This record gives sequence, structure tokens and C-alpha cells, in this order.
Amino acid sequence: MSPIRGARQGLTLAWRSVTKFRHSPDQLLDVITLPIVLVLVFVFLFGNAVAGSTHAYLQYVLPGIAVQALMFASLGIGLGLNTDLRSGIFDRFRSLPIARSAPLIGYILGNAAKFVLCLVLVFALGAAVGFRTHGSIPAILAACVLIIVFAFAVSWVMALVGLVAKSPAALTAFSFVLIMPLTFGSSVFVPTGRLPGWLQAWVKINPVTDVSNAARGLMLSLPLGGGAAASLLWALGIVAVFAPLATWTYRRQQS
Amino acid sequence: MEPQSPAIFTEGLAKRYGKTTALAGLDLAVPPGTVQGVLGPNGAGKTTLVRILATLLRPDAGRVLVGGFDVARQPDKVRPLIALTGQFAAVDEDLTGRENLLLIARLLELSRKAARGRADELLGRFGLDEAGGRLAKTYSGGMRRRLDLAMGLLGEPRVLFLDEPTAGLDPRSRGDVWGMIRDLVAAGTTVLLTTQDLDEADRLAGRIAVIDRGKLIDSGTPAELKAKVGGQSLDVRPADPGQLASAGAIVAAAAGAGTGAPSEHDGMISVPLAPGVSGTGALAAASRRLGQARIDVTELGLRLASLDEVFLTLTGGTQ
Repeated sequence: MSPIRGARQGLTLAWRSVTKFRHSPDQLLDVITLPIVLVLVFVFLFGNAVAGSTHAYLQYVLPGIAVQALMFASLGIGLGLNTDLRSGIFDRFRSLPIARSAPLIGYILGNAAKFVLCLVLVFALGAAVGFRTHGSIPAILAACVLIIVFAFAVSWVMALVGLVAKSPAALTAFSFVLIMPLTFGSSVFVPTGRLPGWLQAWVKINPVTDVSNAARGLMLSLPLGGGAAASLLWALGIVAVFAPLATWTYRRQQS
Repeated sequence: MEPQSPAIFTEGLAKRYGKTTALAGLDLAVPPGTVQGVLGPNGAGKTTLVRILATLLRPDAGRVLVGGFDVARQPDKVRPLIALTGQFAAVDEDLTGRENLLLIARLLELSRKAARGRADELLGRFGLDEAGGRLAKTYSGGMRRRLDLAMGLLGEPRVLFLDEPTAGLDPRSRGDVWGMIRDLVAAGTTVLLTTQDLDEADRLAGRIAVIDRGKLIDSGTPAELKAKVGGQSLDVRPADPGQLASAGAIVAAAAGAGTGAPSEHDGMISVPLAPGVSGTGALAAASRRLGQARIDVTELGLRLASLDEVFLTLTGGTQ
């Protein structure tokens, strides 16, 4: 099975996921409500307390909220995959003469479409309540690509969790335990320097800190530092470890 | 001329799940272009058998060939030849009928244009033109089965696995699906049919394998199995249910007192014919004596044992 044919089959299966979203928009409920809840809660509820001004805080927090929203959106992948695997449709895919991993790749690629929608909603809602970017168009696009690439990498972790989880309840609990320290224990809401020392140690090694610093830097035209490079390396590393693991787990499940 | 090599061949096929034995050395050979029925009670190993033949499951032991290729060693050679339909292979409920077909067509590397053409052709052939644009979850049971079958046939498989293809369908849809299966077989497709519906097996299958607890108990044509188990029986239903006993006695005498006990069911008495008794002779005798005794009947007939009786006898009534 050549990689090109496998990739084409993966794209066809991604088309399946996207078409399903188009037919049943209720499957997009999570990525539609997440931006609304996150922006409103963190800007208007905590804005004054953290930064003294809602407007100033919005500028700081929105790029990070975009990262957080996509992390939460990736939670749905494990659950969706777990449910899909139980239906007979994956058996049909498995009996077709296609690349063994194509259904898994297609599923994750198709879900990346949700990330794009979620990101657009976060920034549209942010702009509506007063977020102003200072970055150039290429810089803004680069920030978006960076966030999506990172979320895509995390998707493989969620896919693995979805493949090995015995029950949807266990899966949900475990994914939350995974995602909470990553998103809240980061520089998304508060600059690293203002956190207590013990927490700083975790925040500094947390990849979500790198991704939100890089996105913030690109969108607000701040000095970038090593955030962008570190984010890409993290994404690459996560894919390199978890994509083969998830694929191997998926293929093994046939016997 | 050499006999054609079988389309499906298993030898000593075994599969265990932990301590449970699903298949315990199953031998099967299905010639190309025929329908092989597989009967068995729940848990007999039917599902495991089909999953192994369709490359979804690896056998623990034995040799399994489909279209001449080993399913464990050459699954990539087997998959282009087969299709799976029924409870094993669902349709995607959140896609329309046409999209379901397009998905399979594109996965089988048809060009966009060819995929659309094939999807439309199959929608037409399975009477789904009108429903093609609707989500599959809005389909009736019969439409869903037809879509399922259409998706299975998209790749023009040489070997088709059908799992209870008409379970839950109304009689008319059942007839439609049977007609389609007969057409396929006439065109040279080999079909392996698992079913609980003995009438279905009787009508469709050229040969039937009865399996129980992972083993082949018996196999043959439907007529062979029926003859082996029950032979013929003489049935009578008196117009007046009060005359059941006397009608039964007359028929039993005509049948040569039978080998098995007469059975009564729903106002009808059924007496197995004794060995060596001529069917027509017994029927004529029963008819004459019933007339002499002035017992009016609504039904009187000579019948080969039903597959139900075969099934219950062979599997020891475990159903």
C-alpha cells in the first residue's frame, strides 16, 4: 500500500467526518459553545481581578483562550472514536482493500476541521468584545496554524485514549485529568512571572505555555522568543510518539 | 476436467477467546458461484467464522483460504475479492445513501466521475433513487438493507458474506433481497449466508452447514438434510377440532404407525411416515379412510421434514 494511496484514502475518510458535521450541526455543539463560555467567563468574570481592566486583559488572554478552546475541543476525539469503533462501519472499512491506518488518520484529519471552526469563533467573538490584533496578516495566520498544528498533535494522544478506554465514562474522566493541568497550569491566564515559584516550574515545561506565548507574540507583535520553535518541536515530538502508538493500537484491535 | 478450487475453504479452523472456544476445528469448502448457508444457534460460532473469513479476525489454528488466498498471511489479496454486509457492516447513518456509496467508491479508488456514476447506478438498481439524498438514519429497515447490500456490491466482490440479510424485514422486502441475491449468484458470485431463518436458508442456499459449539455437525443440500433427519410426514387438520383424535388415528394407520411419535400443533396432527411406506400410497389411504369415516378436513398433505425440525434434531434442541 503506497503512502500516497493511503493519504488519499485518509482524505476521503476526513471528507466523511466533515460531511457528517454539515448534516448534523449538533455534533459541533462543543466547539460552538466552548468559545462563548471561555471568552465570557475569563474576560468578564476574571478580567478585573487579574489585570485591573477587562479590556487590557482581553488583549492578553484571548490568544491563550484560543489554545485552551482547542485543547477542550480535542476531548471530543477520544469519545467520538470510541463510539465510532463500536458501530459496524469501522468493520466495513477494515474489510476494504485500503491502508490499515486510513480510517484513524481520516478521523483525526476530519476533526481538525472542527478546530478551524472553533478558532474562527474565538477570534470573531474576541473581536466583537474588543480584541484588537497588532500583527500582520501572515503573523496572524502563523499564530492560527501554530495553534491548530499543536491541537492536531494532541488529537493523537486523545485518539490513543479513545482506543484503549474500556468505557466512555472512564475515557471522559481520564481526558479531563490530562487536559486540566495542561490548560490551567500554563501562561494562558496569568503571565508566568506572576505565579508562585513551585507552579512556575510546571508552567515553564508545559507545552501549552509555549504555544500560547507564541500565539500571543504573533498576534500582538510582541518579541517572540523561542515560543514558536518550542511549540513546533513539541507538536512534532507528540506526533512522533503518539501517532505510531495510536496506529499500532488500532491495527492490533483486529485480533 | 479438474474440479474447480473452492471459493471459500477452511480446514481445522479454530479460534478461542480466552477460555471460550468459538470455533473448534471447522472444515468447509464452498464451490464458486454457489450459496452456502450456515445455520447454528446463537453462540455456535457463525459470527466468528464470518469475521475470520472477512479478515477482521485472525484464526488461532487451521488453514483459511478465500479465493485461493490465505486470510491470515495475505489479507491484502483477500480484501479486494470480498464484501461484508448485514450486522457486521453498518451503513453510516449520518450520511445520505448516495454519500455512503460515494465514500466506498472513493475508497476503492474510483475517480470522482466514475464514483458518481456507480453510486447512481446502484441507487437505481436497488430502488433508492428517490431516497439517495436523504440521511440513512431516516431509512426504513428494508431501505437500509438495500443500501448495505449496494455498498457491499460496489466493488463487484467475487465472494459476499451475508449475515441475516433479511432479519426484521417485511415479506415483500424479504422477497426483493432474495431476488437480488439470486441474481448475484447467477452472475457467478459466491455467497456465504448465515441466518437463523430456516425458510431463508431453504430458499437460497444450495448447501447448508449446520454448526454448533464451533463444530460442523452436518452439511448437505436442504433436501439431503431434511431426508436424513425427518424423512416425510403425513399432516392432517380436521375441519372440526373435536375430531382431531380420530383423524390422527386414521392418518397414523395410513402412515404405517410411523417411526416417531405423532405431534399435534395448532389443530394439526403430523405423523412421520414409517420406513418403506410409499408416500402416495399412504396419502391415498388416509384420504379414502377419512372419507369413509366422514371426517372433513381443511388440510391433508405429504411433506418433507422442515429445516426447523432438522435444525432442532441436529443441535439437540439447544435453540
